[in-house]
Amino acid sequence: MGEPCLLHFFLSFPEKIPGIILLEMAVNGAVTWLRRAGEMDGYGLSASDTEEVHVLAVDDSHVDRKVIERLLKITSCKVTAVDSGRRALQFLGLDDEKEASNGLDGLKVDLIITDYCMPGMTGYELLKKVKESSVFREIPVVIMSSENVITRIDRCLEEGAEDFIVKPVKLSDVKRIIDCMMTDLREGGERRGINKRKLRDDSEDRSSTAPCSPTTTTVDSPTRRLKMTSFEEHVFSNKN
Amino acid sequence: MDLVQLQRQLVDYRTSLYHEGFLDEQFTQLQELQDENNPDFVVEVVSLYFEDSERLLNELSKALEQQIIDFKRIDAHVHQFKGSSSSIGAQRVQRLCIVFRNYCEAQNVEGCLKCLQQVKHEYSIVKTKLESMFQLERQILNAGGSVPV
Repeated sequence: MGEPCLLHFFLSFPEKIPGIILLEMAVNGAVTWLRRAGEMDGYGLSASDTEEVHVLAVDDSHVDRKVIERLLKITSCKVTAVDSGRRALQFLGLDDEKEASNGLDGLKVDLIITDYCMPGMTGYELLKKVKESSVFREIPVVIMSSENVITRIDRCLEEGAEDFIVKPVKLSDVKRIIDCMMTDLREGGERRGINKRKLRDDSEDRSSTAPCSPTTTTVDSPTRRLKMTSFEEHVFSNKN
Repeated sequence: MDLVQLQRQLVDYRTSLYHEGFLDEQFTQLQELQDENNPDFVVEVVSLYFEDSERLLNELSKALEQQIIDFKRIDAHVHQFKGSSSSIGAQRVQRLCIVFRNYCEAQNVEGCLKCLQQVKHEYSIVKTKLESMFQLERQILNAGGSVPV
C-alpha cells in the first residue's frame, strides 16, 4: 500500500522535492529513486540500459491497477501505475499544456495502457493528448474497457490506439500486446498499425451504456469484423 | 482434521463456489498470477476489492437516501462496483450490477433500492465465502502443507 501512496504524493507535490525526482516501481516491488537525466549526480541509473519494456498503466480502480501491474510484471515489464489521466500526463511531463522539452531519456515510457472510463479525464482524452504531442505520439496506447461497444472501439482506433482490450484483462491479453510491441520494435520501430480488437462475447453487456457516454449504443457489426479480418490477412501476407 | 482432509475440503469448497456461480474464470486467472514470490497476491487483490466495495455500497446507500436522486452518480458507482467485481470474478455481484444499471437508466427509484439490497446481500455472501476459503488455505499452510491449485 505504501508505494502507490508515495507515487501519488510526489506526483501531487513535485515542488516539495529538490530537483525533480520520479518514482519508479522496480520489478520486485522495491522502490528506487531516479532523477531526471539533466540532474544526475552519481546515481548512474538508466532504464534505457535495460531491455525491459516500461509500461505506464492508468486506471482509477485500485483493484484493476493491482491486477494490471501484476500482469505486466509477469510479462517482464517495468510498471508505473497511476490513478488518473492527469497523473499520467504529469508523469510524462505533458501537463499544463507544456511539451516535455527535456526528454526523460532515463525513464522512457514504451507503452501506455489505460482504462477508458475514468472520472476527470477519460482514457480517450488521454489518448488524444498523447497523440497530439510531437514528443509522445509514437508511444503505443492501448485502451481497456469493460464495455464492449463497437463505436467506442472504433473511435479509439481511429484516434490512434494500438489495441483495445475488453475487461476483465487476462494474461493472454497482456502477452499478446507485449509480443506485438516487441515485434514492432524488432522490425525497426516501423509502425504497422495493426489494429486488433478483442471482442468478448458478453451478451449482457451489449445493451448497457457507459456513464461517460450515455448516448452510446452498441451495434453488432459483422461487416466491421470482416473488414478487420481482411486487413489483418493483408498485413500478414506481407510479412515474409 | 488432517492435512489431506483439509486440502480436499478446500478443493471441494472452491469447486462449489464456481458451480454455484459465486466465482467465475477471472478468479482462476488471479490464482494463476500467484506464485512463491507473490504468495499473497489473491488475498491482497480481494482485500482491495472488499475495501472498495464497502466504500461504494456506503456511497450508494447515501445517494439513494437523498431527496433528489442523482441517477448519474449512482450509475457511476454501480459501474465501478461492476468493474471491480468482474476483475476478481465475483460473478453474481457483477450480474446484479448490470440489472442495477438498467434501473438507473430507467430512473426507477424502487428498482434501484431493491437492487441495492440484493447487491449488498450478494456481496456479503461472497465476502463470507472468500474469507472462509482463505481461512482454509491458512490452516493448510499452518499444517505445513501446500495449497492445491
